[in-house]
Amino acid sequence: MEQYTMNLTLKVWRQKNGNEPGRFDTYPVKNISSEMSFLEMIDVLNEEIIREGKDPIAFDHDCREGICGMCSMYIDGRPHGPWEKNTVCQLHMRAYKDGDTIVIEPWRANAFPVIKDLMVDRSSFDRIIQAGGYISVNTGSPVDANAIPVQKDMADAAFAAAACIGCGACVAACKNSSAMLFLSAKVTHLGLLPQGHPERRSRALNMVAQMDKEGFGACTNTGACEAVCPKGISIENIARLNREYIMAGLVTE
Amino acid sequence: MALTGIFLILFLIVHVGLNACIWAMDDGEMFNKGAHFMGSNIVPRILEIGLFAGILLHIIQGLMLEFQNRSKRKQGYAVAMGNKGSKWYSRSMGILGTLVLLFLVVHISDFWLPNRSSQGFLLGEEINLYEKMKVVFRQEWVVGLYLLGCISLAWHLLHGFQSAFRTLGVSNSKYLVLLNGIGVCFSIIVPLAFALMPLSFYFGWV
Repeated sequence: MEQYTMNLTLKVWRQKNGNEPGRFDTYPVKNISSEMSFLEMIDVLNEEIIREGKDPIAFDHDCREGICGMCSMYIDGRPHGPWEKNTVCQLHMRAYKDGDTIVIEPWRANAFPVIKDLMVDRSSFDRIIQAGGYISVNTGSPVDANAIPVQKDMADAAFAAAACIGCGACVAACKNSSAMLFLSAKVTHLGLLPQGHPERRSRALNMVAQMDKEGFGACTNTGACEAVCPKGISIENIARLNREYIMAGLVTE
Repeated sequence: MALTGIFLILFLIVHVGLNACIWAMDDGEMFNKGAHFMGSNIVPRILEIGLFAGILLHIIQGLMLEFQNRSKRKQGYAVAMGNKGSKWYSRSMGILGTLVLLFLVVHISDFWLPNRSSQGFLLGEEINLYEKMKVVFRQEWVVGLYLLGCISLAWHLLHGFQSAFRTLGVSNSKYLVLLNGIGVCFSIIVPLAFALMPLSFYFGWV
Protein backbone atom coordinates (compact mmCIF):
# COMPACT_ATOMS: atom_id res chain seq x y z
CA MET A 1 0.00 0.00 0.00
CA GLU A 2 1.13 3.54 -0.74
CA GLN A 3 2.48 5.55 2.14
CA TYR A 4 0.38 8.63 2.93
CA THR A 5 0.15 11.33 5.59
CA MET A 6 -2.88 12.40 7.55
CA ASN A 7 -4.18 14.99 9.99
CA LEU A 8 -6.15 13.64 12.90
CA THR A 9 -8.08 14.80 15.96
CA LEU A 10 -7.38 12.89 19.17
CA LYS A 11 -9.62 12.94 22.22
CA VAL A 12 -7.47 11.64 25.02
CA TRP A 13 -8.41 10.87 28.63
CA ARG A 14 -6.30 13.03 30.95
CA GLN A 15 -6.22 12.37 34.67
CA LYS A 16 -3.54 13.64 37.06
CA ASN A 17 -3.84 10.71 39.44
CA GLY A 18 -6.27 8.20 40.87
CA ASN A 19 -7.77 10.66 43.32
CA GLU A 20 -8.64 13.47 40.92
CA PRO A 21 -11.41 13.35 38.35
CA GLY A 22 -10.30 13.08 34.73
CA ARG A 23 -11.53 14.66 31.50
CA PHE A 24 -11.08 14.39 27.76
CA ASP A 25 -8.64 16.80 26.07
CA THR A 26 -8.69 17.32 22.32
CA TYR A 27 -5.41 17.39 20.38
CA PRO A 28 -4.99 17.97 16.66
CA VAL A 29 -2.05 16.00 15.20
CA LYS A 30 -0.61 16.83 11.78
CA ASN A 31 1.44 15.04 9.13
CA ILE A 32 1.14 11.58 10.61
CA SER A 33 2.63 8.92 8.35
CA SER A 34 0.62 5.81 7.59
CA GLU A 35 3.83 3.85 8.32
CA MET A 36 3.89 4.94 11.95
CA SER A 37 2.66 2.76 14.76
CA PHE A 38 -0.11 4.11 16.96
CA LEU A 39 2.30 4.60 19.87
CA GLU A 40 4.76 6.45 17.64
CA MET A 41 1.93 8.79 16.74
CA ILE A 42 1.38 9.40 20.49
CA ASP A 43 5.17 9.93 20.85
CA VAL A 44 5.02 12.63 18.16
CA LEU A 45 2.12 14.30 19.96
CA ASN A 46 3.95 14.08 23.30
CA GLU A 47 7.07 15.76 21.87
CA GLU A 48 4.88 18.62 20.79
CA ILE A 49 3.20 18.81 24.20
CA ILE A 50 6.63 18.84 25.91
CA ARG A 51 7.81 21.59 23.55
CA GLU A 52 4.83 23.65 24.69
CA GLY A 53 5.98 23.10 28.28
CA LYS A 54 2.97 21.00 29.24
CA ASP A 55 2.56 17.59 30.82
CA PRO A 56 2.89 14.77 28.24
CA ILE A 57 0.30 11.98 28.01
CA ALA A 58 1.28 9.06 30.25
CA PHE A 59 0.76 5.62 28.73
CA ASP A 60 2.09 2.11 29.30
CA HIS A 61 4.41 0.49 26.75
CA ASP A 62 7.48 -1.66 26.76
CA CYS A 63 8.49 -4.09 24.01
CA ARG A 64 6.47 -2.48 21.21
CA GLU A 65 6.45 -5.77 19.36
CA GLY A 66 3.21 -7.22 20.71
CA ILE A 67 4.56 -9.68 23.26
CA CYS A 68 4.95 -7.94 26.62
CA GLY A 69 1.35 -7.00 27.39
CA MET A 70 2.09 -3.50 28.67
CA CYS A 71 0.31 -1.32 26.14
CA SER A 72 -3.30 -0.79 27.08
CA MET A 73 -5.51 1.71 25.31
CA TYR A 74 -9.22 1.54 24.71
CA ILE A 75 -9.52 3.10 21.27
CA ASP A 76 -12.90 4.10 19.79
CA GLY A 77 -14.80 1.60 21.91
CA ARG A 78 -12.46 -1.37 21.56
CA PRO A 79 -9.44 -2.47 23.65
CA HIS A 80 -6.25 -2.39 21.53
CA GLY A 81 -8.05 -0.59 18.70
CA PRO A 82 -9.80 -1.74 15.55
CA TRP A 83 -7.59 -4.61 14.39
CA GLU A 84 -8.25 -8.17 15.50
CA LYS A 85 -5.70 -10.22 17.48
CA ASN A 86 -3.55 -7.15 17.86
CA THR A 87 -1.95 -4.99 20.54
CA VAL A 88 -1.92 -1.18 20.43
CA CYS A 89 1.80 -1.12 19.71
CA GLN A 90 1.23 -3.26 16.63
CA LEU A 91 -1.66 -1.10 15.46
CA HIS A 92 -0.43 1.03 12.56
CA MET A 93 -1.70 4.35 11.35
CA ARG A 94 -2.68 2.87 7.99
CA ALA A 95 -5.78 1.79 9.92
CA TYR A 96 -6.87 5.45 9.76
CA LYS A 97 -7.50 8.04 7.09
CA ASP A 98 -7.11 11.80 6.92
CA GLY A 99 -9.58 13.71 9.10
CA ASP A 100 -10.43 10.86 11.47
CA THR A 101 -11.25 11.55 15.11
CA ILE A 102 -9.92 8.96 17.57
CA VAL A 103 -11.12 8.63 21.17
CA ILE A 104 -8.56 7.08 23.54
CA GLU A 105 -9.50 5.88 27.04
CA PRO A 106 -7.69 3.81 29.67
CA TRP A 107 -8.86 0.30 30.67
CA ARG A 108 -11.89 0.82 32.89
CA ALA A 109 -12.41 -1.49 35.87
CA ASN A 110 -12.40 -0.99 39.62
CA ALA A 111 -9.65 -3.62 39.81
CA PHE A 112 -7.52 -1.53 37.37
CA PRO A 113 -7.39 1.92 39.01
CA VAL A 114 -6.00 4.74 36.88
CA ILE A 115 -2.47 5.79 37.88
CA LYS A 116 -2.26 8.65 35.41
CA ASP A 117 -3.91 9.46 32.06
CA LEU A 118 -3.94 6.18 30.12
CA MET A 119 -1.88 4.18 32.63
CA VAL A 120 -3.70 1.77 34.92
CA ASP A 121 -2.47 -0.31 37.84
CA ARG A 122 -2.68 -3.96 36.82
CA SER A 123 -0.93 -5.38 39.89
CA SER A 124 -4.19 -7.18 40.71
CA PHE A 125 -3.16 -9.59 37.93
CA ASP A 126 0.18 -10.15 39.67
CA ARG A 127 -1.58 -11.00 42.91
CA ILE A 128 -3.83 -13.48 41.12
CA ILE A 129 -0.71 -15.18 39.72
CA GLN A 130 0.86 -15.18 43.18
CA ALA A 131 -2.24 -16.96 44.50
CA GLY A 132 -1.60 -20.04 42.37
CA GLY A 133 -0.39 -19.29 38.87
CA TYR A 134 2.83 -21.25 39.21
CA ILE A 135 4.15 -24.77 39.69
CA SER A 136 6.19 -25.76 42.73
CA VAL A 137 9.35 -27.62 41.82
CA ASN A 138 12.16 -28.92 43.92
CA THR A 139 15.39 -27.50 42.67
CA GLY A 140 18.12 -29.98 41.88
CA SER A 141 19.82 -31.38 38.85
CA PRO A 142 17.85 -30.81 35.64
CA VAL A 143 15.54 -33.56 34.49
CA ASP A 144 16.29 -35.24 31.17
CA ALA A 145 14.41 -33.84 28.22
CA ASN A 146 11.36 -35.96 27.37
CA ALA A 147 11.59 -37.77 30.72
CA ILE A 148 7.94 -36.83 31.36
CA PRO A 149 5.67 -37.85 28.49
CA VAL A 150 3.16 -35.16 27.45
CA GLN A 151 0.18 -35.86 25.25
CA LYS A 152 0.55 -33.83 22.06
CA ASP A 153 -2.94 -32.29 21.95
CA MET A 154 -2.71 -31.37 25.65
CA ALA A 155 0.67 -29.75 25.04
CA ASP A 156 -0.81 -27.80 22.14
CA ALA A 157 -3.77 -26.59 24.21
CA ALA A 158 -1.46 -25.62 27.08
CA PHE A 159 0.78 -23.77 24.63
CA ALA A 160 -2.14 -21.90 23.08
CA ALA A 161 -3.23 -20.76 26.55
CA ALA A 162 0.35 -19.85 27.49
CA ALA A 163 0.26 -17.23 24.73
CA CYS A 164 -1.66 -14.96 27.16
CA ILE A 165 0.44 -11.83 27.77
CA GLY A 166 -1.69 -10.61 30.69
CA CYS A 167 -2.50 -7.25 29.10
CA GLY A 168 -6.00 -7.07 30.62
CA ALA A 169 -7.90 -6.40 27.39
CA CYS A 170 -10.34 -9.17 28.40
CA VAL A 171 -11.23 -7.25 31.55
CA ALA A 172 -11.46 -3.97 29.66
CA ALA A 173 -13.84 -5.49 27.11
CA CYS A 174 -16.02 -7.44 29.54
CA LYS A 175 -19.28 -5.76 30.56
CA ASN A 176 -18.77 -7.40 33.97
CA SER A 177 -15.06 -6.45 34.25
CA SER A 178 -14.36 -10.15 34.72
CA ALA A 179 -10.83 -11.54 34.58
CA MET A 180 -11.99 -15.06 33.77
CA LEU A 181 -10.28 -15.30 30.36
CA PHE A 182 -6.94 -14.33 31.91
CA LEU A 183 -7.44 -16.75 34.80
CA SER A 184 -8.60 -19.57 32.55
CA ALA A 185 -5.56 -19.14 30.31
CA LYS A 186 -3.24 -19.57 33.30
CA VAL A 187 -5.19 -22.49 34.77
CA THR A 188 -5.27 -24.23 31.38
CA HIS A 189 -1.64 -23.55 30.60
CA LEU A 190 -0.44 -25.02 33.90
CA GLY A 191 -3.15 -27.59 34.60
CA LEU A 192 -2.94 -29.47 31.31
CA LEU A 193 0.75 -30.22 31.72
CA PRO A 194 1.93 -33.04 34.01
CA GLN A 195 4.18 -30.67 35.96
CA GLY A 196 1.19 -28.51 36.91
CA HIS A 197 -1.18 -31.38 37.54
CA PRO A 198 -0.57 -31.99 41.28
CA GLU A 199 -1.56 -28.43 42.25
CA ARG A 200 -4.47 -27.99 39.85
CA ARG A 201 -7.20 -28.08 42.52
CA SER A 202 -5.70 -25.57 44.94
CA ARG A 203 -4.64 -23.45 41.97
CA ALA A 204 -8.19 -23.09 40.63
CA LEU A 205 -9.68 -22.38 44.07
CA ASN A 206 -7.02 -19.92 45.21
CA MET A 207 -6.79 -17.96 41.96
CA VAL A 208 -10.58 -17.54 41.72
CA ALA A 209 -10.73 -16.47 45.38
CA GLN A 210 -8.04 -13.86 44.71
CA MET A 211 -9.85 -12.65 41.58
CA ASP A 212 -13.01 -12.06 43.62
CA LYS A 213 -11.01 -10.29 46.30
CA GLU A 214 -9.48 -7.93 43.74
CA GLY A 215 -12.95 -6.76 42.68
CA PHE A 216 -13.31 -8.36 39.25
CA GLY A 217 -16.82 -9.35 38.12
CA ALA A 218 -18.28 -12.75 37.30
CA CYS A 219 -18.35 -14.32 33.84
CA THR A 220 -21.63 -14.44 31.90
CA ASN A 221 -20.14 -15.96 28.72
CA THR A 222 -20.80 -12.99 26.43
CA GLY A 223 -17.60 -13.63 24.48
CA ALA A 224 -16.34 -10.02 24.30
CA CYS A 225 -13.04 -11.06 25.91
CA GLU A 226 -12.25 -13.64 23.25
CA ALA A 227 -13.07 -11.14 20.49
CA VAL A 228 -10.51 -8.57 21.69
CA CYS A 229 -7.76 -10.86 22.99
CA PRO A 230 -4.56 -9.99 21.10
CA LYS A 231 -3.39 -13.58 21.45
CA GLY A 232 -6.67 -15.24 20.48
CA ILE A 233 -7.15 -17.07 23.79
CA SER A 234 -10.29 -19.19 23.38
CA ILE A 235 -13.34 -18.77 25.63
CA GLU A 236 -13.42 -22.59 25.87
CA ASN A 237 -10.70 -22.14 28.47
CA ILE A 238 -13.25 -20.43 30.73
CA ALA A 239 -15.45 -23.53 30.60
CA ARG A 240 -12.38 -25.61 31.47
CA LEU A 241 -11.66 -23.31 34.43
CA ASN A 242 -15.29 -23.70 35.54
CA ARG A 243 -14.90 -27.48 35.44
CA GLU A 244 -11.61 -27.36 37.35
CA TYR A 245 -13.19 -25.05 39.93
CA ILE A 246 -16.32 -27.18 40.40
CA MET A 247 -14.31 -30.41 40.66
CA ALA A 248 -11.90 -28.80 43.11
CA GLY A 249 -14.79 -27.45 45.18
CA LEU A 250 -16.45 -30.88 45.32
CA VAL A 251 -13.43 -32.87 46.42
CA THR A 252 -11.62 -30.36 48.60
CA GLU A 253 -11.26 -31.25 52.29
CA MET B 1 -27.67 -19.60 37.78
CA ALA B 2 -26.79 -22.45 35.43
CA LEU B 3 -28.34 -25.20 37.56
CA THR B 4 -31.62 -23.36 38.13
CA GLY B 5 -31.59 -22.36 34.45
CA ILE B 6 -31.32 -25.98 33.28
CA PHE B 7 -34.03 -26.97 35.77
CA LEU B 8 -36.35 -24.32 34.30
CA ILE B 9 -35.46 -25.48 30.76
CA LEU B 10 -36.59 -28.98 31.76
CA PHE B 11 -39.84 -27.53 33.09
CA LEU B 12 -40.42 -25.78 29.75
CA ILE B 13 -40.31 -29.17 27.99
CA VAL B 14 -43.03 -30.56 30.29
CA HIS B 15 -45.11 -27.41 29.97
CA VAL B 16 -44.93 -27.15 26.19
CA GLY B 17 -45.61 -30.87 25.80
CA LEU B 18 -48.73 -30.81 27.92
CA ASN B 19 -50.03 -27.62 26.33
CA ALA B 20 -49.54 -29.06 22.86
CA CYS B 21 -52.54 -31.29 23.69
CA ILE B 22 -54.74 -28.34 22.68
CA TRP B 23 -53.93 -29.30 19.09
CA ALA B 24 -55.42 -32.78 19.52
CA MET B 25 -58.56 -31.33 17.86
CA ASP B 26 -60.86 -33.00 20.39
CA ASP B 27 -62.27 -29.75 21.79
CA GLY B 28 -59.85 -29.77 24.67
CA GLU B 29 -60.62 -33.21 26.06
CA MET B 30 -57.05 -34.48 26.09
CA PHE B 31 -55.71 -31.13 27.31
CA ASN B 32 -58.18 -30.96 30.19
CA LYS B 33 -57.33 -34.54 31.17
CA GLY B 34 -53.67 -33.61 31.32
CA ALA B 35 -54.39 -30.44 33.26
CA HIS B 36 -56.55 -32.43 35.69
CA PHE B 37 -53.77 -34.93 36.26
CA MET B 38 -51.21 -32.19 36.90
CA GLY B 39 -53.57 -30.54 39.38
CA SER B 40 -54.81 -33.60 41.22
CA ASN B 41 -51.79 -35.90 41.41
CA ILE B 42 -49.50 -35.42 44.38
CA VAL B 43 -46.23 -35.76 42.42
CA PRO B 44 -46.67 -32.75 40.12
CA ARG B 45 -47.94 -30.76 43.10
CA ILE B 46 -44.74 -31.45 45.01
CA LEU B 47 -42.64 -30.72 41.92
CA GLU B 48 -44.57 -27.46 41.62
CA ILE B 49 -43.16 -26.29 44.94
CA GLY B 50 -39.70 -27.04 43.58
CA LEU B 51 -40.55 -25.11 40.44
CA PHE B 52 -41.51 -21.98 42.32
CA ALA B 53 -38.42 -22.31 44.48
CA GLY B 54 -36.34 -22.73 41.30
CA ILE B 55 -37.81 -19.63 39.65
CA LEU B 56 -37.36 -17.58 42.81
CA LEU B 57 -33.76 -18.74 43.19
CA HIS B 58 -33.06 -18.00 39.50
CA ILE B 59 -34.45 -14.47 39.93
CA ILE B 60 -32.50 -13.78 43.12
CA GLN B 61 -29.26 -15.13 41.66
CA GLY B 62 -29.84 -13.18 38.45
CA LEU B 63 -30.44 -9.90 40.24
CA MET B 64 -27.42 -10.38 42.50
CA LEU B 65 -25.21 -11.23 39.53
CA GLU B 66 -26.45 -8.25 37.54
CA PHE B 67 -25.98 -5.71 40.33
CA GLN B 68 -22.64 -7.10 41.49
CA ASN B 69 -21.24 -7.15 37.97
CA ARG B 70 -22.45 -3.64 37.26
CA SER B 71 -20.72 -2.34 40.37
CA LYS B 72 -17.31 -3.55 39.11
CA ARG B 73 -16.82 -0.58 36.76
CA LYS B 74 -17.63 2.63 38.58
CA GLN B 75 -16.22 4.86 35.83
CA GLY B 76 -17.68 3.76 32.51
CA TYR B 77 -16.43 4.26 28.95
CA ALA B 78 -17.26 7.30 26.85
CA VAL B 79 -17.45 5.13 23.73
CA ALA B 80 -19.39 1.93 24.36
CA MET B 81 -18.08 -1.32 22.93
CA GLY B 82 -21.55 -2.30 21.79
CA ASN B 83 -21.71 -5.28 19.46
CA LYS B 84 -17.95 -5.41 18.80
CA GLY B 85 -17.39 -8.91 20.16
CA SER B 86 -20.61 -9.90 21.89
CA LYS B 87 -24.26 -10.34 20.95
CA TRP B 88 -26.80 -7.85 22.32
CA TYR B 89 -28.92 -10.57 23.88
CA SER B 90 -25.98 -12.07 25.77
CA ARG B 91 -25.48 -8.67 27.42
CA SER B 92 -29.21 -8.17 28.06
CA MET B 93 -30.07 -11.27 30.07
CA GLY B 94 -31.26 -9.16 33.01
CA ILE B 95 -33.69 -7.13 30.92
CA LEU B 96 -34.90 -10.17 28.95
CA GLY B 97 -35.40 -12.06 32.20
CA THR B 98 -37.37 -9.15 33.66
CA LEU B 99 -39.65 -9.13 30.59
CA VAL B 100 -40.21 -12.88 31.01
CA LEU B 101 -41.00 -12.29 34.70
CA LEU B 102 -43.54 -9.56 33.89
CA PHE B 103 -45.19 -11.93 31.45
CA LEU B 104 -45.18 -14.67 34.09
CA VAL B 105 -47.05 -12.48 36.57
CA VAL B 106 -49.88 -11.98 34.06
CA HIS B 107 -49.72 -15.63 32.97
CA ILE B 108 -49.95 -17.02 36.50
CA SER B 109 -52.82 -14.74 37.45
CA ASP B 110 -54.59 -15.68 34.19
CA PHE B 111 -54.48 -19.46 34.63
CA TRP B 112 -52.59 -20.90 37.54
CA LEU B 113 -54.25 -18.88 40.33
CA PRO B 114 -57.92 -19.34 39.32
CA ASN B 115 -57.28 -22.99 38.43
CA ARG B 116 -55.53 -23.97 41.62
CA SER B 117 -57.92 -22.08 43.86
CA SER B 118 -60.97 -23.66 42.26
CA GLN B 119 -59.41 -27.12 42.16
CA GLY B 120 -58.51 -27.24 45.76
CA PHE B 121 -59.17 -24.91 48.55
CA LEU B 122 -61.79 -22.39 47.42
CA LEU B 123 -64.66 -23.28 45.16
CA GLY B 124 -64.37 -27.02 44.94
CA GLU B 125 -65.40 -27.15 41.30
CA GLU B 126 -62.72 -27.57 38.66
CA ILE B 127 -62.76 -25.01 35.86
CA ASN B 128 -62.53 -26.04 32.22
CA LEU B 129 -59.07 -24.68 31.40
CA TYR B 130 -59.55 -25.15 27.68
CA GLU B 131 -62.68 -22.99 27.73
CA LYS B 132 -60.82 -20.45 29.89
CA MET B 133 -58.03 -20.22 27.32
CA LYS B 134 -60.67 -19.54 24.66
CA VAL B 135 -61.99 -16.60 26.70
CA VAL B 136 -58.61 -15.16 27.75
CA PHE B 137 -57.06 -15.31 24.29
CA ARG B 138 -59.94 -13.39 22.72
CA GLN B 139 -58.34 -10.14 23.96
CA GLU B 140 -55.74 -8.58 21.63
CA TRP B 141 -53.60 -7.08 24.37
CA VAL B 142 -53.28 -10.43 26.14
CA VAL B 143 -52.21 -12.15 22.91
CA GLY B 144 -49.72 -9.34 22.28
CA LEU B 145 -48.31 -9.65 25.79
CA TYR B 146 -47.95 -13.42 25.43
CA LEU B 147 -46.10 -12.95 22.15
CA LEU B 148 -43.76 -10.44 23.82
CA GLY B 149 -43.16 -12.97 26.61
CA CYS B 150 -42.35 -15.71 24.11
CA ILE B 151 -39.96 -13.51 22.11
CA SER B 152 -38.14 -12.46 25.31
CA LEU B 153 -37.95 -16.12 26.33
CA ALA B 154 -36.47 -17.05 22.94
CA TRP B 155 -33.62 -14.52 23.20
CA HIS B 156 -33.11 -15.38 26.87
CA LEU B 157 -32.75 -19.07 25.98
CA LEU B 158 -30.56 -18.42 22.96
CA HIS B 159 -27.81 -17.21 25.29
CA GLY B 160 -28.84 -19.00 28.47
CA PHE B 161 -28.98 -22.56 27.12
CA GLN B 162 -25.37 -22.81 25.98
CA SER B 163 -24.07 -20.44 28.67
CA ALA B 164 -25.45 -22.75 31.38
CA PHE B 165 -23.41 -25.66 30.08
CA ARG B 166 -20.26 -23.54 29.79
CA THR B 167 -20.70 -22.45 33.40
CA LEU B 168 -21.01 -26.09 34.42
CA GLY B 169 -17.68 -26.77 32.76
CA VAL B 170 -18.45 -28.31 29.36
CA SER B 171 -15.31 -27.29 27.49
CA ASN B 172 -14.96 -30.11 24.95
CA SER B 173 -15.50 -28.49 21.58
CA LYS B 174 -17.45 -31.45 20.18
CA TYR B 175 -20.02 -31.23 22.96
CA LEU B 176 -20.12 -27.43 22.82
CA VAL B 177 -20.93 -27.55 19.10
CA LEU B 178 -23.67 -30.10 19.79
CA LEU B 179 -25.09 -28.13 22.73
CA ASN B 180 -25.00 -24.90 20.69
CA GLY B 181 -27.05 -26.60 17.98
CA ILE B 182 -29.55 -28.04 20.44
CA GLY B 183 -29.72 -24.67 22.22
CA VAL B 184 -30.55 -22.76 19.02
CA CYS B 185 -33.22 -25.31 18.04
CA PHE B 186 -34.69 -25.31 21.55
CA SER B 187 -34.77 -21.49 21.73
CA ILE B 188 -36.69 -21.32 18.45
CA ILE B 189 -39.01 -24.34 18.69
CA VAL B 190 -40.22 -24.08 22.30
CA PRO B 191 -41.07 -20.34 22.37
CA LEU B 192 -42.61 -20.69 18.89
CA ALA B 193 -44.86 -23.52 20.12
CA PHE B 194 -45.84 -21.41 23.14
CA ALA B 195 -46.55 -18.40 20.91
CA LEU B 196 -48.75 -20.50 18.62
CA MET B 197 -51.09 -21.35 21.51
CA PRO B 198 -52.69 -17.92 22.06
CA LEU B 199 -52.57 -17.38 18.29
CA SER B 200 -54.42 -20.65 17.70
CA PHE B 201 -57.22 -19.57 19.99
CA TYR B 202 -57.31 -15.99 18.72
CA PHE B 203 -57.57 -17.00 15.07
CA GLY B 204 -59.81 -19.96 15.81
CA TRP B 205 -57.41 -22.64 14.55
CA VAL B 206 -58.53 -24.98 17.34
